[in-house]
Amino acid sequence: MDPLRQQLPKTPTGIDGLDEITSGGLPTGRPTLICGDAGCGKTLMAMEFLVRGATRFNEPGVFMAFEETSEELTQNVASLGFDLKALSAQGQLALDFVYLEPSEIEETGEFDLGGLFVRLGYAIDSIGAKRVVLDTIETLFAGLPNPMILRAELRRLFRWLKDKGVTAIITGERGEGQLTRQGLEEYVSDCVIVLDHRPVNLISTRRLRVVKYRGSTHGTNEYPFLIDEDGISVLPITSLGLDHHVSTERVSSGIPRLDAMLAGAGFYRGTSVLVSGTAGTGKSSLAGHFAAAACARGERVLYFAFEESPNQVVRNMGSIGIDLGRWVAQCLLQFQAVRPTFAGLELHLTTMHKAIDRFKPHIVVVDPLNSFISAGNETEVKAMLIRLVDYLKMNEITGFFTSLTTGGSALDHTDAAISSLIDTWLLLIAVEGGGERNRALSILKSRGMAHSNQTREFLITDQGVEVCDVYAGPGGVLTGSARLAQEARERADDVVRRQDIERQQRELERKRATLEAQIAALRLDFAAQEADALALIEREQARESQLAQERMDMAWSRKADVASDTEGPQ
Amino acid sequence: MPTENPPTPPPATADPTVSQPAQPYVLRLYVTGVTPRSTHAIANIKTICEEHLQGRYRLEVIDLYQQPQLAHGEQIVAAPTLIKELPLPLRRIIGDLSSTERVLVGLDLRKGG
Repeated sequence: MDPLRQQLPKTPTGIDGLDEITSGGLPTGRPTLICGDAGCGKTLMAMEFLVRGATRFNEPGVFMAFEETSEELTQNVASLGFDLKALSAQGQLALDFVYLEPSEIEETGEFDLGGLFVRLGYAIDSIGAKRVVLDTIETLFAGLPNPMILRAELRRLFRWLKDKGVTAIITGERGEGQLTRQGLEEYVSDCVIVLDHRPVNLISTRRLRVVKYRGSTHGTNEYPFLIDEDGISVLPITSLGLDHHVSTERVSSGIPRLDAMLAGAGFYRGTSVLVSGTAGTGKSSLAGHFAAAACARGERVLYFAFEESPNQVVRNMGSIGIDLGRWVAQCLLQFQAVRPTFAGLELHLTTMHKAIDRFKPHIVVVDPLNSFISAGNETEVKAMLIRLVDYLKMNEITGFFTSLTTGGSALDHTDAAISSLIDTWLLLIAVEGGGERNRALSILKSRGMAHSNQTREFLITDQGVEVCDVYAGPGGVLTGSARLAQEARERADDVVRRQDIERQQRELERKRATLEAQIAALRLDFAAQEADALALIEREQARESQLAQERMDMAWSRKADVASDTEGPQ
Repeated sequence: MPTENPPTPPPATADPTVSQPAQPYVLRLYVTGVTPRSTHAIANIKTICEEHLQGRYRLEVIDLYQQPQLAHGEQIVAAPTLIKELPLPLRRIIGDLSSTERVLVGLDLRKGG
């Protein structure tokens, strides 16, 4: 292998997400500094590093505690499922509590930390430890006099740890203006991780940042992390790319007419669908349809309800003929209902990730999306949603989100400005008129398909949602009873018009008959006249030839000369 | 500071600096190997003991490199560390014991510095 390309050897921490951020783990054989304020999870992170090392990677570890006794530590981490006693008994873990009581100590000259070295060395050698945690070594400064000596000794300690070849975590309290109170970052310069725990809008989120990682690339962002019964999970989700697999499979929306509008087959699998609309336009009902249809196909659906309890959702869907309770009983549908204000955005995201990882759904419904706004500002929400959508897409999970458009704002405006993330966007609008509110549905966009451009009326009935044509005519677009009235009016007009035409046709017929009668009379008249005229002509001709004959006869009788001009010699 | 009349005078060795009379001293000195600092400390404590606690002390010098497991049990951090186990209260005197005054304070042989 090309030596230039050879990566620094790394020791996986076994902490979800942290190894992704650090592309492999902490630098092997070097100390890493984890610093942060009180209560931000330093000790837990360090302990998880040891426990995972012992249980997953067969690397025993030494935990040297300066603040908590071994018993306290054992109790504190038992809630995370770490059994330190068992690990100690198996020789996978050594706990050493360093007790320092300044009132007992009298300094009488030069000293070093030889005792600490011996203890640590002994603990490391006794179990063949590969990992070491010193938590929190700065306590030494409070317990022992002469900081000058301590600094020199710490420098020596870290060098010694490197020589020992153990991968160490040193924890330190956040100091003012520097990462740790005693400036430990000066000594531990290979890898520095800062933990943070700060409340924004009364909601607190834990975050982690790799400040420095000598000789390695690492994610530089602040990553939220979560401590729960499974230990620590860090979310390196912004590292997700846009290179996920794309499916051409289609999934039905659960409403045949809506499928028809979506180029006849519904949504693409693994895309994100947004349904936005003002209050009461039926967003959740669409979500319910979609979920029920997916369950009926045997797919798993994870439903995040942020405004209603699961029971309420089930009951409400039952009222429009969608039986979600059946799918819940069959474990195809799972609800996660929690108030948005319950936790910070990142925590929500993390819990959602965990739930998705555990349940492995085909479809995730988030109803509604923008309730997160109350838990964070718009930029953060958008960032979070990008990560959520990316995560879903990467796992080929179809995301179905609803978004409440607040009154007065543009219909194609979403609070979190996430429209660009969305592949298919259905717009539900309330059409008000004639003393009623009616619902209409249109497809604002749907990437990758020739979707319908029509607005449809959207009815919520006892048998679920029905999509039907709206009246679109010279009188404008009409819905509801206005549409029905308009249709009735049109039918009446139709009848009148038809009668009118019939009447006109009859009139025409009559006129034609009259005309033809007249023509016949004229013809008769003409024939009579013609006959008269012909007879006259005939009589005249006969008379003329009679006259000519008579003239000839007369000439003959007078013995006249040969006829001079007009008459031929006959 | 000279002592006044002790309320219950014990069998007296009239050392004016001893605040608590004739109690046996149990001292343990933990060092890390044979370093100049260790040697210093050993020499210093021996001198001090001979001067101030003659005949009523027991001093043990332990090399942690030889018995590393003791460092954990005795909560040794610094080296050299002199532990005054008796008389109570327990005291840890760290450093090479070159500041005799402070060693005496640490051994409760002299009131605070």
